[in-house]
Amino acid sequence: MNAMLSRVADSLYWMSRYLERADHVARQFDVHLTIVTEQAVDVARRRRRRLITCLVDEEAHPAAEAADYDLAYLLTFDEDNPSSIVNCIAAARENARQVREQINSQMWEQINQMYLTVRNQSLVELWSGQPHNFYHWINQEVYRFQGITDSRIARDQGWHFIQIGRYLERAAETADALNVDFRELYSNRLETDAVDQQTYLDWVGLLRGCAAYEAYSKVYTANVQPRHIVEFLLLNPIFPYSVHFGINRVQSSLQVVGEETETPKSARVYRLGGRLRAMLDYAQVDEIMEGGLGSYLLNIQNQCGQIHQLIYETYIAYSIEDKLKAVQ
Amino acid sequence: MREDVRPAALPAPFTAYQLDDAYDEMFTADSLPRPQYELLYRRLLELTPAELETRQQTADLSFLHQGITFTVYSDARGTERIFPYDLLPRIITAGEWETIERGLVQRITALNLFLHDIYHRGQILADKVVPFDLVYSSKHYRREMRGLDVPHGVYVAVTGTDLIRLTDGRFAVLEDNLRVPSGASYMLANRQVMKRVFPGLFSHYDVRPLEFYGQALQTTLAALSPAKEESNIVLLSPGVYNSAYFEHTFLARQMGIPLVEGRDLAVHDNVVYMRTTAGLRRVDVIYRRIDDDFVDPLIFRKDSMLGIAGLFNAYRSGNVTLANAIGTGVADDKAVYAYVPAIIRYYLGEEPILPNIETYQCGDEKECGYVLANLDQLVVKAVGESGGYGMLVGPHSTAEEQEKFRSLILENPRNYIAQPTINLSRAPCFLDGQVEARHVDLRPYILYGKRVTILPGGLTRVALRRGSLVVNSSQGGGSKDTWVLNW
Repeated sequence: MNAMLSRVADSLYWMSRYLERADHVARQFDVHLTIVTEQAVDVARRRRRRLITCLVDEEAHPAAEAADYDLAYLLTFDEDNPSSIVNCIAAARENARQVREQINSQMWEQINQMYLTVRNQSLVELWSGQPHNFYHWINQEVYRFQGITDSRIARDQGWHFIQIGRYLERAAETADALNVDFRELYSNRLETDAVDQQTYLDWVGLLRGCAAYEAYSKVYTANVQPRHIVEFLLLNPIFPYSVHFGINRVQSSLQVVGEETETPKSARVYRLGGRLRAMLDYAQVDEIMEGGLGSYLLNIQNQCGQIHQLIYETYIAYSIEDKLKAVQ
Repeated sequence: MREDVRPAALPAPFTAYQLDDAYDEMFTADSLPRPQYELLYRRLLELTPAELETRQQTADLSFLHQGITFTVYSDARGTERIFPYDLLPRIITAGEWETIERGLVQRITALNLFLHDIYHRGQILADKVVPFDLVYSSKHYRREMRGLDVPHGVYVAVTGTDLIRLTDGRFAVLEDNLRVPSGASYMLANRQVMKRVFPGLFSHYDVRPLEFYGQALQTTLAALSPAKEESNIVLLSPGVYNSAYFEHTFLARQMGIPLVEGRDLAVHDNVVYMRTTAGLRRVDVIYRRIDDDFVDPLIFRKDSMLGIAGLFNAYRSGNVTLANAIGTGVADDKAVYAYVPAIIRYYLGEEPILPNIETYQCGDEKECGYVLANLDQLVVKAVGESGGYGMLVGPHSTAEEQEKFRSLILENPRNYIAQPTINLSRAPCFLDGQVEARHVDLRPYILYGKRVTILPGGLTRVALRRGSLVVNSSQGGGSKDTWVLNW
């Protein structure tokens, strides 16, 4: 039996999820800024609304007519937005702080330096300079953190909880971006999948926002087709930002954690992950589109939620009374 | 006490350096560097203020990035500040250290025997060497500990004794910290930074290493474990909002043990468990960094959210070791302090190697009269307090403050002691581009497991404000690296 404090597993998981979220928000907004400059006013407005739907809890922030400057504040600094970059990095750091003795000191220093830097950044400064540099920097720093993590720490349970957090978050983010963009850009289209110039930029934006454009082009060439996008972002098993890839990683890590802890309930978590993985393993893009992409993605998101819930029940927030019976 | 202030008349960066009655760690009365400081002195003459400043910034930045900080709560943005670190080392020769080491071993051995005695037969009280009401009236005396046998009879696994240097150069004991002494992590962090900013100088000096502290502490704790085989040792912290949280994480990592909070632990059938991903795992030794009052809400403070219900009974049953033991604070009570030389003679039949500071007990009518008549000359301390709180520094106080203490003392004389104002020794510090002398003390760390181990060094605390004698970090103090030499 290999033991690790439940609270530590919890903090590692959230540290990783929050960093992944900061990375995603920074990339999405960075891509948005480069695309929106070339778009007509109403197209750009719809784009902003989609971005808010994806990245912010809309009810809390009804910024319907937000300009990019407002968006920059909302997504980067707004303390009332739990998913703003500063909040995500602060939360990741707070979780890292709770487990400082468990993570490598370089990991801590990296996350601490990121935090100190973003904390001292001001919106005016950011906006009057080159916003791209800042958001790009966030992405680089998150990668650096992940690089330190992957090169420095042992593949014990802690590392696997970090993986589960990262890939569960990533799969959810990709699924969400797909869902929101397809709902608006695809639903009112004809049977033909030819992409017009109006929407071309938005489709490319979807790919770039999921760090997928270059990888997509290597598989499908620069021929941007909605069906191909779904196939790539949802089903590609070897691209690290695809939903399928993420779920595979979550599943493998759940397996290791299950083996290391030998907890009776772990088979249930593992099975839940396996079911979702199998569903993606054998899915066909045409069938998905026929049955409706939205409901398919909703199903995936629900299953991700169940996996999260069961991880908690099994490893983190279990009832002590049950476990005491096992000890006797 | 400050009548003899005179400039040392030295070249830059020492132009502002002053000597007075206090023992100067670096210079003799004739403004000559002491032999152990000569190399440092020459190095400082070579460096420009800008070069020194760069090194100071490197050190500060390193502390900031490592998160060795405290939070300024008054600031809504939660600004974090580093603990002030002074760039220049405090140097102790092998000969000086030898005396300190022997003195500390003697003192901690005697205090540990004292604790065992007063929680068992109380022979020293029956023999009237220490007044029994002094012990039983101490707010850190724990009745619950009576008759309880702690593993190997070790009550104080970790001690951080505060030493000061008298005007004649002798080291004396100012305070025994036998409860939850802190600061060891700063000692280690200061050393790490020092090796980065003065690598050449450091290697020239032949300084005794400190790195093994984590291992030594782990070994000490393991030696006190009730488990026959491999022990599960944990560090119990109040959590991330505690000001010493950095230290807790640092030490847990150095030892390779889990840092737990109260909510991670549960007691069942007098056995302590921690919640892990693989279910409950038995805990054998708890290096607890929370005070007696908070460890178990069933026995001590009912409102404690930090502790674990049932922990004390698990401890009484011998299923888990707490380090330090409960109730050790009675032996570092400032009123009991005055009796430590007698305690050493009583148990060991030896003369104390490290002297005490002369102490007046306000509980004694005659001594109390003297204290009240000399409030402007003495340092008055509340006996159960630490951290520089509840203290009056007579010569630096206003008449109003003295009156306040007069009524406090009259209200509860047992609660106060007084000592002559000691002119702590002074060491060179780098401040605003210059080297100036500031008062320092020294807190070495003593580990007591199978045997007593003393770390060669300790935390030198500095009163950074000019003229101040208070070195506590909560009162504007900083710290510096302490070098114990092999020569």
